[in-house]
Amino acid sequence: MALSGLEIFKKLPKTNCKDCGFPTCLAFAMQLAAGKVELEKCPHISEEVKEALSEASQPPILKVEIGAGNDSFVVGEETVMFRHDRTFVNQNAFAVTVEDDMDSSKIEEIIKDVNEIAYERVGQILKLDAICIKNKSKDKDKFLEVTDKVASLTKIPLILVSSDTEILKSAAGKFKENKPLIHAATADNIDFFIALGKETGCPIAVRGKSFEDIAVVTGKMREAGIKNLVIDIGSRDFKDDYYNQIILRMAAIKQKNRLFGYPTIVFPGEMTDDPLKETLIASVFVAKYGSIIVLSNASHQNIFPLMVYRQNIYTDPRRPMQVEQKIYEIGSPDENSPVLITTNFSLTYFIISGEVESSKVPSWLLVMDVEGQSVLTAWAAGKFVPELIAQFVKKSDIAEKVKKKEIVIPGYVAQLQGELEDELGDGWKVVVGPREAGEVPKFLKEYSA
Amino acid sequence: MSFQVPKNTYTGKINVLKLSKDNTGIKVGGEAALPFYSFEGEIPNKPIIAIEVYDTKPSDWPQVVSKYYSDVFDDPVKWAKKSISEYGADAICLQLASINPDMGDMKPEEAAELTKTVRESIDRPLIVYGSGPMEKIAAVMKKVSEKNKDSNILMGWVEEDNYKTMGASAIGYSNNLIALNPLDVNIAKQLNILLTQLGLPADRIVMDPSISGLGYGIEYCYSAMERLKIAALMQDDKMTQMPMICNLAPEVWKVKEVKESEEQYPEWGDLEERGINWETISAMSTLMAGANMVVMRHPKAVNIIKEFIEELL
Repeated sequence: MALSGLEIFKKLPKTNCKDCGFPTCLAFAMQLAAGKVELEKCPHISEEVKEALSEASQPPILKVEIGAGNDSFVVGEETVMFRHDRTFVNQNAFAVTVEDDMDSSKIEEIIKDVNEIAYERVGQILKLDAICIKNKSKDKDKFLEVTDKVASLTKIPLILVSSDTEILKSAAGKFKENKPLIHAATADNIDFFIALGKETGCPIAVRGKSFEDIAVVTGKMREAGIKNLVIDIGSRDFKDDYYNQIILRMAAIKQKNRLFGYPTIVFPGEMTDDPLKETLIASVFVAKYGSIIVLSNASHQNIFPLMVYRQNIYTDPRRPMQVEQKIYEIGSPDENSPVLITTNFSLTYFIISGEVESSKVPSWLLVMDVEGQSVLTAWAAGKFVPELIAQFVKKSDIAEKVKKKEIVIPGYVAQLQGELEDELGDGWKVVVGPREAGEVPKFLKEYSA
Repeated sequence: MSFQVPKNTYTGKINVLKLSKDNTGIKVGGEAALPFYSFEGEIPNKPIIAIEVYDTKPSDWPQVVSKYYSDVFDDPVKWAKKSISEYGADAICLQLASINPDMGDMKPEEAAELTKTVRESIDRPLIVYGSGPMEKIAAVMKKVSEKNKDSNILMGWVEEDNYKTMGASAIGYSNNLIALNPLDVNIAKQLNILLTQLGLPADRIVMDPSISGLGYGIEYCYSAMERLKIAALMQDDKMTQMPMICNLAPEVWKVKEVKESEEQYPEWGDLEERGINWETISAMSTLMAGANMVVMRHPKAVNIIKEFIEELL
């Protein structure tokens, strides 16, 4: 876990030699603690201290990269149990399953879908992250052939699952450039996987039924210097694995137990045969600490809500989500439709656009960039004020879209009405809308009547 | 190696809310551990799922869910009975939409009569939500409380601006109240303080965190609820120890993601299953964050959520 500036200072030479570019060792220590400089800037630290400090500066759950190149993803680096304590850092990955005994056409269909799926939401593109290839056939050539096929059809990272270590060795050797996640090392084959990890550099999943099983493997791997690990714990029973994920996260974060300080992988598809239940189990692991979630059913109606949920949970609570500044068309507005304005705090936008939509009155909704603040906060901060609103309205081409120059402002800033009319000039009229979003439908029905 | 299982320390517990006349009926709350953390402490009462019943035929429900209720849309009593016997509702949530002056302006006496009729026809707890201006809600709930004296029904909602009228009607006729909170721990506490100072026992209050559905700000509710639950359980903050209710169904079933067809949005997939997922993921999220009661709509979604609650607790 991160050390404080003073704790770091104790380990420094305390000579104030300035070789690091800072006036004192204490100043350097403070910058180190804040993560603003690298330890290497101090040329006088012993290897031992360097090791101790870099170890201590690692997050309680290590960062692990799966895959190579632009399409790789990272998981781990989490530091809190609850998102409101800071934020969840690296969103969980969703992997889709391919079994090596599937028809070739079926495999092609899955990969095509995975490649194509992309939902745009609040300025982000939501995509699937990995393909999990299971060696169901138990046949080496079949597994290599299918892996080869998948690797040729997509660039997204692979997870290679087999119970046969020889098959995994061949696959890892052949595809090591792609840095697939190799599944899985167990207490029975640790030495084999230490060798494989060193040779290929591929991340390795550690499989065990109990915490003790996992600790034996991660402990030995750690001694051998292999740290890009992912933990796969449990019995594939939803309740047990829900418990396991929580305990793993607590052990890593609250107990600072390095043996459990790795991202995890979960398999909801192996806990139920019902796609709807699988989707719901997956959603539980989005909130409760799954890092890589492997889905057996990737139908759109299941994946879409899951990806939206992941985006919600992994939003940084310290930074409000913002929507793009622009004119939003709700319904199919025309030159006679009402014009409304609000701010670009995503929640404000979602609630207002939802109410406008349910009013069934097609409308133009102008959303102004105020750095993601709500209407009242932005007004108080001087960002949603007549002068700036007028600038935005004039710059948008809304005047060309409607006949009547009339704009509805939120009821909470009714006091802006007069001044905004002056700033807008050019015959614009400003109408005060309701204070609460829930009153918008009624307002719009009467206003447009 | 021997592994010492880490454990949270709890100092407080959630109040127990009685939802029926006598002691035999359903209760909620009472837990002394985070939601579904039964390995850390006692969770004596499982969260309950209420199915909603409207006082008038809804006009804006997607067909994929209205088809399960269309035969009972005209009769709230039949609707309530069907929701219990066929779809497994633990409770009924009567949504008084028509009391809104814009939606029919149903008179308080009429609304109270309807509430009584529905309550007397079912053997499960009754939750009543009003909609519209808060003065109207307060006027209606006053009558509702009077007509259903001493029956421990749960009435929503109360805000800082109408807490005196609403509080008095709950105290006078021994019923329970839902306090509406705008995603803010301090405002939630403040309202609870006002209500208890007025004389309403703390165990007659339920908090409603103004839930939103998946994709529409659910993360704000998730964290607000989690913070309330943590304050209640780990800091023993008495003014956050009220059970929580999420009136979820209306939020889930109004968004375009559960309404637009697969023909229009092929990348969104099958409409009905998409809607079920939208509701179950939203419901599970509120349950993980600490909801003790969730108001739901789609029978299949209700079924799955009840199964998950059974499995995890």
